[in-house]
Amino acid sequence: MREFWLVFKQAFMTKAKTKSFIITTIIMVLALFLMANLNRVIDGFTSLTGGDETDVVFLVTEDEALYEQIIQTHQSGEHTFMFARDESQSKEQLEEELKEEKFTGLLEVRQDEQKVIQATYSSMSIIDVQLPTEIETILQAVQTEAQAKQLNLSTEQVSQLLTPVQMESKNISPTAKSDEEYVQATILVYVLMFVIYFAVIMYSSMIATEVATEKSSRVMEILISSISPVKHMFAKVLGIGMLGLLQLVTLGVAGFIAIRSNQTASTFTDLISFSEVSKTTLIYALVFFVLGYFLYATLAALLGSLVSRTEDVQQLIMPMTLLIVIAFIIAVTGLNNPEMALVTWASYFPFFTPLVMFLRVGLLDLPFWVPLLSVGIMLVTIFILGTFGARVYRGGVLMYGPSRSLKDIKKAIDLGKE
Amino acid sequence: MTLQIDQVTKKFGTFTAVDQLNIEIEQGTMYGLLGANGAGKTTTFRMILGLLTPNEGHITWRGETISYATSPHIGYLPEERGLYPKMKVEEQLIFLAQLRGMNKQDAKQALTHWLDRFEIPQYRTKRVEELSKGNQQKIQVIASLMHNPKLLILDEPFSGLDPVNVEMLKAAILDFRNDGATILFSSHRMDHVEELCEQLSIMAHGKQLVQGSLKEVKRGYGKQDVRIHADFDLSELAVMPGVEKMTPSIEGAVFQISDDIVAQQLLEEAMKRGPIRQFVMEEPSLHDIFIEKVGNAHA
Repeated sequence: MREFWLVFKQAFMTKAKTKSFIITTIIMVLALFLMANLNRVIDGFTSLTGGDETDVVFLVTEDEALYEQIIQTHQSGEHTFMFARDESQSKEQLEEELKEEKFTGLLEVRQDEQKVIQATYSSMSIIDVQLPTEIETILQAVQTEAQAKQLNLSTEQVSQLLTPVQMESKNISPTAKSDEEYVQATILVYVLMFVIYFAVIMYSSMIATEVATEKSSRVMEILISSISPVKHMFAKVLGIGMLGLLQLVTLGVAGFIAIRSNQTASTFTDLISFSEVSKTTLIYALVFFVLGYFLYATLAALLGSLVSRTEDVQQLIMPMTLLIVIAFIIAVTGLNNPEMALVTWASYFPFFTPLVMFLRVGLLDLPFWVPLLSVGIMLVTIFILGTFGARVYRGGVLMYGPSRSLKDIKKAIDLGKE
Repeated sequence: MTLQIDQVTKKFGTFTAVDQLNIEIEQGTMYGLLGANGAGKTTTFRMILGLLTPNEGHITWRGETISYATSPHIGYLPEERGLYPKMKVEEQLIFLAQLRGMNKQDAKQALTHWLDRFEIPQYRTKRVEELSKGNQQKIQVIASLMHNPKLLILDEPFSGLDPVNVEMLKAAILDFRNDGATILFSSHRMDHVEELCEQLSIMAHGKQLVQGSLKEVKRGYGKQDVRIHADFDLSELAVMPGVEKMTPSIEGAVFQISDDIVAQQLLEEAMKRGPIRQFVMEEPSLHDIFIEKVGNAHA
């Protein structure tokens, strides 16, 4: 056991002390704070650049009555822009001034016999959709009023006509969550899915590289003459696993502080407030990260033990990386429809479980045995893979030469047995 | 008897890496394992360390099979550098010593002692990849000696070292032997084996061709060299019975003979022909024995 903890400590400490690890963690924490305070950052920039001036739209019309009505309707509501009029200038002159961006837009209106308003809105900005919509609403109101008057309708009659349908959608499926919960859960699940995905890829390829480095630097021969390869492999997996957990917990705590410190008026933070739902989701995220990590790390250690040069690692762990990518694609597809058959089936496949089952428990109210079953399947798979991996590892670490294919697994097992 | 390798055979599939190997090493002696590349030396070492299990035969140390329980008493120097390139010398050596059962305090003291002895205390906080090959080899040697092992297995310990450092290392290894450690080492350098080892083996293609003490091996070779320096032509003597080979040299010739008596006859015959300036009987060098044995095994 003594050697086990020595290797564990060594795997953990040497990585934790490296500059690259510390710097990456700091950058991630800073990025978290920046993201959580994005609204403040944007406000800061806005006040720095003097903010947005009130938009001015010049109105061109020959219809005095229409003009009055538009101005009245505009004043009765709250708007982000103001209307202006300059009769001394022709439409062409105003267009010239618009091109010089002296104001925001130019609105030309007239009304035909049927009181239908014909309007042309010109502006220099293509991306502004809010302003034209606002103008359209005003014009619509003006037109409705004019037409109602023509049809001799009272104000009540008009509002009766315009009363919208009262419709509420209700999901009575026992596994569904309420709308509000669902939106909350989707965001949280999406974020955590990313974290699990990246963490599993990152730390398991770290394992593979570590093992290959020890092999290529031949320090492995000395190590396994003091500690059995099997112990060494699990100490390594556990050491890097703790490192990953430390990093994630650091980020988690930093994220929590960042969100807490910015609780004022942020819709994003409201959405992922720490309700009961998100607490269980967080626990599931932790469980599935740990299990996913052990599953993939064992596989990575096995694969890492087969190569003699660190350059070959990426090539050999490619199939493994693909598995995680497929799991991620299924999970992302499932975000919109977590009850899809594909998602349901994939969630029991141990290599997909960490992401896909997490998606399901995060978004649906599943009976407790469902995630438990998948956790059981994963544990069994980890055990089988660990036993198998240990056999490959024992021989693999002694094997040198141009080995970079999965066929070498058999060779390694033979060597380990003898 | 401390280390005993008894009729050990190791096969990889159909390939026999080590065939019926027998080695016995007394405590406090040094044993040399000679062999060309691929002769099965590293496989033998790995079997002694317990990394590989023999197909046949037994390996015991002090009467017991070697396991991870005995590993604190074993020092191993692999043929190629086996160190973490990015770890600092100090951290690395303390880690490896701890793995061999030392506590941290003792490991630190031993580290200071060995760095001073090998005259490299300035590399204590350097990373291994920053050191020259020779200095890396010294660190590697320290890694195998630090925990005061009772059984030392050294695979090519002198490779990459300059003559001054070779002497430094030899002295260190001899100290260990004098303290009662059992040492097994392999080398391509015959002179080192001749100088250091009480016992030796020559291996080729997994087979043990020769084994025994240096004297036994030389005597068992059954051939001696006679060097004669003279001003007249010696080539007529080559046809004498008992002479196996004659190699002309600048000042005379070297005769390889199979029996001591032939030497006397050679001397008499040569003296009949003229004055002789030098007559020397030479023991065969390990070098010659190795080349002939291994060369024959190749053929």
